[in-house]
Amino acid sequence: MTKYVIKRILLMFLTLFIITIMCFVLIKLLPLPAVREMGKDINLVLMRREKMGYNRPIMVQFFLYIKNILTDWDWGVGEQMYEGLEIWDVMMQKLPYTVVVNLYSILISIPLGLGLGIYAALKKNKWQDTVISTLVMVFISVPSYVYAFLVQYIFCFKLNWFPLQLASLSQAGSLFSGKMFISMVPAIMSLSFGVIAGFTRYTRAELSEVLTGDYMLLARTKGLTKAQAISRHAMRNAMVVILPMIFGEFIGILGGSMIIENIFGIPGIGNLYVNSITVRDYNFFMALNIFYTLIGLVSGIVIDISYGFIDPRIRMGSKK
Amino acid sequence: MTHQQIPDIPKEKFTFINRSEEIHDEKLQTKAIGYLGDAWIRFRTNKSAVVAFVLIMILLLFAIIVPLVSHYTVAFRDGYYKMVLPKNNLFAGSGFWDGAKNEQQSEAGYLYLNAIGQETGESAIVKVYESFQDSTGATFYRVRTDSYASVGFVYVNLSENEYNALMQYQEDTGIQVLYPLPQTLSKHFVRGNDGANFWYLLKDEAQGTTGAPQLDENGQYIANYMSSDDPQRAGYTSTRIAGDGENGVYYTYAQKNQTGYRVRVHYKEYFNYINGFYASFLFGTNVYGQDIFTCLAVGARFSLLLAISVAVINFIIGVIYGAIEGYYGGAVDMILERISDILADVPFMVVATLFQMHLAAKVGVVPSLLFAFVLTGWVGTASRVRTQFYRFKGQEYVLAARTLGASDRRLIFKHIFPNSLGTIITGAVMTIPGVIFSESMLSYLHIINLDTSSTLTSIGTMLSNGKDYLSTYPHILFFPAVFIAILEICFNLFGNGLRDAFNPSLRGADD
Repeated sequence: MTKYVIKRILLMFLTLFIITIMCFVLIKLLPLPAVREMGKDINLVLMRREKMGYNRPIMVQFFLYIKNILTDWDWGVGEQMYEGLEIWDVMMQKLPYTVVVNLYSILISIPLGLGLGIYAALKKNKWQDTVISTLVMVFISVPSYVYAFLVQYIFCFKLNWFPLQLASLSQAGSLFSGKMFISMVPAIMSLSFGVIAGFTRYTRAELSEVLTGDYMLLARTKGLTKAQAISRHAMRNAMVVILPMIFGEFIGILGGSMIIENIFGIPGIGNLYVNSITVRDYNFFMALNIFYTLIGLVSGIVIDISYGFIDPRIRMGSKK
Repeated sequence: MTHQQIPDIPKEKFTFINRSEEIHDEKLQTKAIGYLGDAWIRFRTNKSAVVAFVLIMILLLFAIIVPLVSHYTVAFRDGYYKMVLPKNNLFAGSGFWDGAKNEQQSEAGYLYLNAIGQETGESAIVKVYESFQDSTGATFYRVRTDSYASVGFVYVNLSENEYNALMQYQEDTGIQVLYPLPQTLSKHFVRGNDGANFWYLLKDEAQGTTGAPQLDENGQYIANYMSSDDPQRAGYTSTRIAGDGENGVYYTYAQKNQTGYRVRVHYKEYFNYINGFYASFLFGTNVYGQDIFTCLAVGARFSLLLAISVAVINFIIGVIYGAIEGYYGGAVDMILERISDILADVPFMVVATLFQMHLAAKVGVVPSLLFAFVLTGWVGTASRVRTQFYRFKGQEYVLAARTLGASDRRLIFKHIFPNSLGTIITGAVMTIPGVIFSESMLSYLHIINLDTSSTLTSIGTMLSNGKDYLSTYPHILFFPAVFIAILEICFNLFGNGLRDAFNPSLRGADD
């Protein structure tokens, strides 16, 4: 198992390296935007460009870029937005918003999704299951921004329960204050519908497959009640597939949803990414590309490895 | 097993059963059902998938036909009928889908709208529900206003020829388009189109008006037109409005300026004069005055065309790549798998953005978007095909064909591929909703920018145009949002139906 994990992690870094180098070269091939005159920052940006070797061959620039990251944790400075500010600092400043909103959403979605999924699986082919499955189908298909508009229109505008946009930090006091939470509710709701539907579908599919297993019959024959059999045997086996998915979602909350952040004005990492593309700030763009690629890779690995940790059968299989 | 020996059966006891014809296996009485026929039978029984398929076809027809027959195009932008509400002439006056909405108006606003009705003969106020007074004593009206009629009048500049043609049109048809110019307001009360709707005297104009009219003792508006004793001032020879020309005072219908004439027109009639039909937008218009109905069809056509081409291209690349991987296996598979692994790990946003930055200026926005979808999109198909090939390539019938000397190509395309076709087609159809979603998201975030295009729009672009008017003009957002929601649901249902039809064993696995 350890060998497998190490192999996967090394492979991940190789992939990351290749994607980074491709991105870097492609970005460097684009015409370099001029530094905007914003007062004192311009010299800082120009000095930084000198340090990063902007007038040297692209491959040299790439190694300087990697070297700066590895030795000084220096990701460059903003050139077209947040002029002169360290990219890492700006990212770390944005990240909490994304994480908090998505964390709330996941914490709501997991119990609801699992609960609905279990209920649907137990009532399979009865009307409750049909209703849940139909709703799941609808909620999975409809794009998240459609909910966002609906939520905004109904709850924020018509009923006036929540503000249309996220409260600013100065208004709300802190990221965890009640006021902040209230203003996050619309975004959390819009994010959650799809995730809940996803969990429900997955749980229902897994559990209803597990429920038909022979060992479930055996559990009942040896005298367990239905509830005991489900909680001790069926759920455990269904979790083998469901838990890794949950772990994957947890890694995914770092990335957030660009479109939801855009609609509700959440100053998160997704918004930063979109802005960096709009204003063509390549330093931000590059750093965020690495960030997003890494999230994808890590969540893939976490899912794969957690299968092995959860299920001894898979662990044994990997030794062969 | 021991045979019971029956000794010595005399030869005469044996007779031929059938001497007249050769003996065949009995022919099958029923018609043979092929793979696709079989799938079709199963698909038919899945009601939701059939409904979804019919709906997709309707939406597809909508997307193809509407841009061809519509009065409007994407390039059509009307500066005055901006954000007007959905109107269907069949529902005129019914209080639903009639281009009107309920709102609350102050007294000045109420009289303003009323005045438009009085001058044009077509009321901007469809219905007055009630009037009430607030705590300060100001009167308010709850009314239903027609968003088309409340445009009222606009000033336009015409060249000499246009001016003469318009006068000729008035005489030919008897429709009054040109209306007298009002006296210029000393203080502009900014409402309507440059004050073109203020044909009446305003109260307190000397001190800065609130826009409320000065009414005479009967509660009527006092006309405030420019006038002179010359009936043909600025060359006006055409029909006049009622009440004009009394006591030798003639209203002025035009002013000459450097390029031609400045006139005041009734916009409804002027629109008809210019375009040949009265304005009526089934789904209303957006902030640029574009017809949402037409834009939606064009956007849908773009989305569907893009999604289907992506699905087809990915299908072709994926099948070839996956077939090579799966059929040859070994080192070839290893190397190709690593390449597709890396491609699969590149986030789509990164690819789409980089392609836009590099190629949008050279080959256009749409082709570069297509490339972005294709670059990483085929990986999924390839891995599906690969799995299917691994499943089938060791089977006896393939080995038999190989023994008979079939070439690799024949084995791949004649023997293995048809068996995996169902799964692969399902996969290809399932990519369509994803592509539609990604495309709308990218255009919503302006990563692909179709705002400036005069022939193309996208549902995402329409959504992003409408999002600032969510509370005031929700119809701009409503129609594209509903459309894309229906489209996504239908494609998912259809895809599920296909999967169940091709692989009955997976039925209900995750729906």
